[in-house]
Amino acid sequence: MYRYDEFDHQLVRERVKQFRGQVARRLSGEITEDEFKPLRLMNGVYLQLHAYMLRIAVPYGTLSSRQLRKLAELARKYDRGYGHFTTRQNLQLNWPALKDMPNLIEELATVEMHCIQTSGNCIRNVTSDHYAGAAEGEVEDPRIICEIIRQWSTFHPEFSYLPRKFKIAVSATEHDRAAIRVHDIGIRVLKNGLGETGYEVWIGGGLGRTPIIGKKVGDFIRREDLLSYLEAALRVYNMSGRRDNMYKSRIKILVHEIGEAEMKRRVEAEFEEIRKEGRLQLPDEEVERIRRYFAAPAFETLPDQSAELDAEMAKDEDFAHWVRQNTVKHKTPGYAIVNISLKPIGGTPGDISSEQMEAVADLAEKYAFSELRAAHEQNLTFAHVRKQDLRAVYDGLSAAGLATPNIGLISDQIACPGLDYCALANARSIPLAQEISERFADLKLQHDIGRLHINISGCINACGHHHVGHIGILGVDKKGIENYQITLGGAADEIASVGDIIGPGFTDDKIVDAIETIVMTYLDIRQEGEIFLDTYRRVGLQPFKDKLYATH
Amino acid sequence: MQLIKDGAFIADPWTHVGDEDALPGAPDAGVIVSLERWQRESNELIASGRPLGVQLKSGQDPSEIARDLEKLALVGLEFPAYRNGRAYSYASLLRQRYGFKGEVRAVGNVLRDQFLYMIRCGFDALEVTDNITPAIYAEMIGEFTHSYQTAADDRPAVMSLRQRLAAKNAAD
Repeated sequence: MYRYDEFDHQLVRERVKQFRGQVARRLSGEITEDEFKPLRLMNGVYLQLHAYMLRIAVPYGTLSSRQLRKLAELARKYDRGYGHFTTRQNLQLNWPALKDMPNLIEELATVEMHCIQTSGNCIRNVTSDHYAGAAEGEVEDPRIICEIIRQWSTFHPEFSYLPRKFKIAVSATEHDRAAIRVHDIGIRVLKNGLGETGYEVWIGGGLGRTPIIGKKVGDFIRREDLLSYLEAALRVYNMSGRRDNMYKSRIKILVHEIGEAEMKRRVEAEFEEIRKEGRLQLPDEEVERIRRYFAAPAFETLPDQSAELDAEMAKDEDFAHWVRQNTVKHKTPGYAIVNISLKPIGGTPGDISSEQMEAVADLAEKYAFSELRAAHEQNLTFAHVRKQDLRAVYDGLSAAGLATPNIGLISDQIACPGLDYCALANARSIPLAQEISERFADLKLQHDIGRLHINISGCINACGHHHVGHIGILGVDKKGIENYQITLGGAADEIASVGDIIGPGFTDDKIVDAIETIVMTYLDIRQEGEIFLDTYRRVGLQPFKDKLYATH
Repeated sequence: MQLIKDGAFIADPWTHVGDEDALPGAPDAGVIVSLERWQRESNELIASGRPLGVQLKSGQDPSEIARDLEKLALVGLEFPAYRNGRAYSYASLLRQRYGFKGEVRAVGNVLRDQFLYMIRCGFDALEVTDNITPAIYAEMIGEFTHSYQTAADDRPAVMSLRQRLAAKNAAD
């Protein structure tokens, strides 16, 4: 993975010093909370319902075991002994005191971490495929260009006060695990007919209160031109994006208002001019320097089948079950990708205790090249594990309560923090996710249901990505009472779609029954081999609607 | 209000003139007018022989004065709120695209924590509140030794510094 050189270290150190000064000005009363707000928001510090929250950047979701150990230590020292992984591959601490934050980020800097641009109206932490470097059919490791974008966007003087936040995601496989079509800019790494690497660029996707699937504006941007292209797109947005209404300020609204063709024309005109200046042309040397950091680890030459693994699976049904559900085929024979579920039945999606972080760090060091990933589904991943080591990894995870075999199943829900933490929320998300998970706790039933993504947001801002859940749940406030609206048929992958609202919402004592009715309806009408989304795409809303509103 | 020009706190030699105001008595006093007044009276203003400046509001793109720039010694860019960052792009365009060599002045909500970004985007003059001291200015401008990206100032991007360092190490 990427390692800081002297320049990166110096910048992060200077950032700590700067933030220390800003916090001191706030604590001394020299500046008001209002004046402090833009400063803290450039550093991932939010004022939540009960406390300040700190969002720590995990660039493109890659962490070393050493970094995870430090996070465990900081969560224990400055918080209540746990952290929360978000849908943007970051880690949030819910309860740190403002006075401790300068020391906290100073300690983060010792393991090459920071909170830069994890909030504010700037270019946010770039996200990517959590299977990067391990996925079959990958054009190249998407983290190479992610790191280049991270550096270019860090403290970008022109783009730090954009109309609204700006999220970039990168994927390098045909199957999109990074949800690039629902980002402000989505980038797909691909090769042209000559075998040269370049980028397909999607623009104007996003969720929030106006969910829109992005438009493809660039078919093949050459590697050396990517930063020029991004600068052009950001400049067009910075100059023309609306600033009169925060709900209409994202780039998707600009694209919607001026049209896809006009957006493309403006970006291309600006791109031509910037390219002529030549200052943003990406030198091969820098790309190669960064590529070396993402070189594949020293894989052994192994047969793809592991006799030890097969024997263990034959012996232990629970283990076999976990292997089938939580591990994925690796591009290298004899290796597997291991997903670690942070969705125990009845737990809080994405939460992990300091002890669990340490257990994961131990396993990463023993079996996974000391490295792991945060997935946007709020789970963790070991990218490279020898199949013969899966048993030991499973045992270690089981001991830490991290071996729930539910990846991709109904209890593997995405949920925002909701009204339990968030100042913006209208409704609770976590307790609902917990109830749904308990209702479907029976693993046999979960397996029978198959792949089904339930995404829950506690307000219209859609941090829980409800629009792109196969089943989406949106909490709203209806005359002081929490009410939950259901959408069906959303997806965030390469055939991205926004879910359709099924009808009137449900109160908190009815919503879990409603979800169960929808799931049972699907089980009744599905055809051989269909997952929920396939059935929905075949039959549409009506059969579900009929059942749901007849029953409730 | 005070003016910082090229890093020095100086008395402002320019006068902001409202749309209906008479021009100042001294015939060689520089005046800053709105885009609207400039478009209405550019001939008279040029004929007056004074140094001329135009101030653009947020939403008034510098392309509107691109052809007039050789007649202007100053372009003012307004920050109506600290959150409104359009003028960073306007300043960058004035320097990078139009090659404007005159003064580019930040006016309005010019916060101390934004000084460095403004300078990097090509502003060489900042109208700041009276509580800003030379010490504060120096601290804000000096917070970061290096920058990852090129902008309208002459700082090299970290990428270039790395290449220089690698070349030096190879030569040693």
